[in-house]
Amino acid sequence: MLKIAKYIILDIVRSKVLLAYTLLLLAISLTIFMSDADVTKGLVSITTVILIIVPLVSIVYATTYYFNAAEFTEMLVSQPISRRAILLGKFIGISSSILLAFIIGVCIPVALFAFSLTGITLMVSGCLLTLSFISLAFLTSTITRDKAKGIGLALMLWFYFSIIFDGLVLLFLTLFADYPLEKVMIVLTALNPIDLARILILLQLDISALMGYTGALYQQFFGSGIGIVFSLLMQLVWTLVPLLFALKIFKKKDL
Amino acid sequence: MRSLIVKIGLLFIMPLPAWANTIIVAPGTNVATIKLAVTIARNGDTIRVKKGTYISLNTLIDKELTILGEGRPVLDARFQEEVLTITSGHVKLDGFVIKNSKTGSMRDFAGIRLSNVEFVTISNNTLINNFFGIYLSNCKHIRVVNNHVTGSNNIENSGNGIHLWKCKEILLNGNYVTRHRDGIYFEFAKKCLIENNFSEKNIRYGLHFMFSDDDTYRHNTFKNNGSGVSVMYTRRIAMLDNTFIENWGSSIYGVLLKEITDARIEGNHFIRNTTGIYMENSDRITVTHNDFISNGWAMRVLASCNKDHFTQNNYKGNSFDVTTNGTLKEIYFNDNYWDKYEGYDLNRDGTGDIPYRPISLYAQIIEQNPQSVMLMRSFIVNLIDKVERAIPSITPESVKDNKPKMKPWKR
Repeated sequence: MLKIAKYIILDIVRSKVLLAYTLLLLAISLTIFMSDADVTKGLVSITTVILIIVPLVSIVYATTYYFNAAEFTEMLVSQPISRRAILLGKFIGISSSILLAFIIGVCIPVALFAFSLTGITLMVSGCLLTLSFISLAFLTSTITRDKAKGIGLALMLWFYFSIIFDGLVLLFLTLFADYPLEKVMIVLTALNPIDLARILILLQLDISALMGYTGALYQQFFGSGIGIVFSLLMQLVWTLVPLLFALKIFKKKDL
Repeated sequence: MRSLIVKIGLLFIMPLPAWANTIIVAPGTNVATIKLAVTIARNGDTIRVKKGTYISLNTLIDKELTILGEGRPVLDARFQEEVLTITSGHVKLDGFVIKNSKTGSMRDFAGIRLSNVEFVTISNNTLINNFFGIYLSNCKHIRVVNNHVTGSNNIENSGNGIHLWKCKEILLNGNYVTRHRDGIYFEFAKKCLIENNFSEKNIRYGLHFMFSDDDTYRHNTFKNNGSGVSVMYTRRIAMLDNTFIENWGSSIYGVLLKEITDARIEGNHFIRNTTGIYMENSDRITVTHNDFISNGWAMRVLASCNKDHFTQNNYKGNSFDVTTNGTLKEIYFNDNYWDKYEGYDLNRDGTGDIPYRPISLYAQIIEQNPQSVMLMRSFIVNLIDKVERAIPSITPESVKDNKPKMKPWKR
């Protein structure tokens, strides 16, 4: 398993795409921090960028890589290695290399320029976001056999989670504005890994505004550590569950 | 002859310190209580109270005395009465620990009560666990300086730390008030100067006043009070260089202004409050040179306000800059720095070339549908805010800063 991961990491690190991604993130973070003396404002801008770019690159790159390495997978399957080890090895390989890019591109600049609780939250939630979208990429790649279809599905998933979902939530909120929607809202956010990452950062940046809400459940959710624990746990769920499904499908899949 | 009359006259006018006695109060001596000392003292005498614990059940000070505590003597009412009542002018009370006044719902028991007096100084005392701390009623020219007032933090049985009722020309300087109902409470207190006080963690308001015209508040800090600061029905106040910090929660405000007119709010810092300033029915208010940093809502200006000017303020890191509940009229924003401003400055004069609209569409949405707070900073919200800024249709057209600054004001 780890051996497979090692081969994949070595392969990815040599590719130019990942290097480009790292440089892009690095350029964004450095420009934002250099151009503005206000660190908090910089963190806000980086958050906005991260919430869009990180999921997109993670899911598309992981899917593409998975399909490009289909022959390698077939070769591995013919060897006496369990399918579980193959898929997990791939996951570890791909995710650790993309995480590495994120760490170099975002975590290091943030740690240098804005090392605070907000900064740490940004790093952690960005990492978890990367993991959950790679996990989703594995799900899409195991579901379909066609590369174009797989990438299409990955893009659609990204589009859905980053834009359509929130639009639907906003629509839902306006339609049912007269009802108490506190619990529903918390459940709804749990259904989107991007929202979970966003709320983690929100709990640091906008806590003053969030504390303005009257509902007891919101008070509890925002005010105590429950909100943070909940978001972190749900993000882990978003990493594990798609991966488990992918594993289940891959085990029975006719390659 | 005439000069002799003047000399004799002077003899009567001058409060001759040479004649004044000093009475020493110490435990275990002939004069073991302040009450006894006050009885034997004459106007102008000094009472020195030595270190020790004295039971003081509403000791009445009805003569012009200077009462000095040496080694912080403790006056304890053991929850049976008030501790001290001053009913004479020209009293100075300094250096005591005053504690455990009675609590009650019929009377306002206080640690130090001043009633109908002038020219009294209360300084360097520590008040612990009293129902009301320092209670001034119908007083003039009083100095309350460097006192440390701590309440019981009991929600049902807590009075105000420093309470003024129907007073004039009072100086409050350097006091620290905590764990009371309202830290500093004024009703009908006119022409007072309140400076360098620190009011934190009070159960209700850090500062609360009504009908208290012409007061000046300078260099005070109000931090983490149960409901922030609330000021109402008052004219011509000046709030200068105060700090309002970490007043968190729903309907908790850095400053709540209700029916305040002709006020000056200058050089204050509003940091990490849920709402920095909340204004209702407040007219002709000038808000200048203030810093609004990391608040939930920097300002909430209701439609009932008129002719208010907001100039040369810094708005940084606030979740929302300005919100309102209707159509604002005659509210003017000018020369402010807004960190959310995305305009440009082609002629490089430091002022943005397109106006900034501080009320965002999303703020309006939250106004109607508070639950959508969960979508804050999401892509869709950024998108609709950007679209609205480019082509304003829903946010009020009148509320805009025509000359937004490109760089923050340096203070």
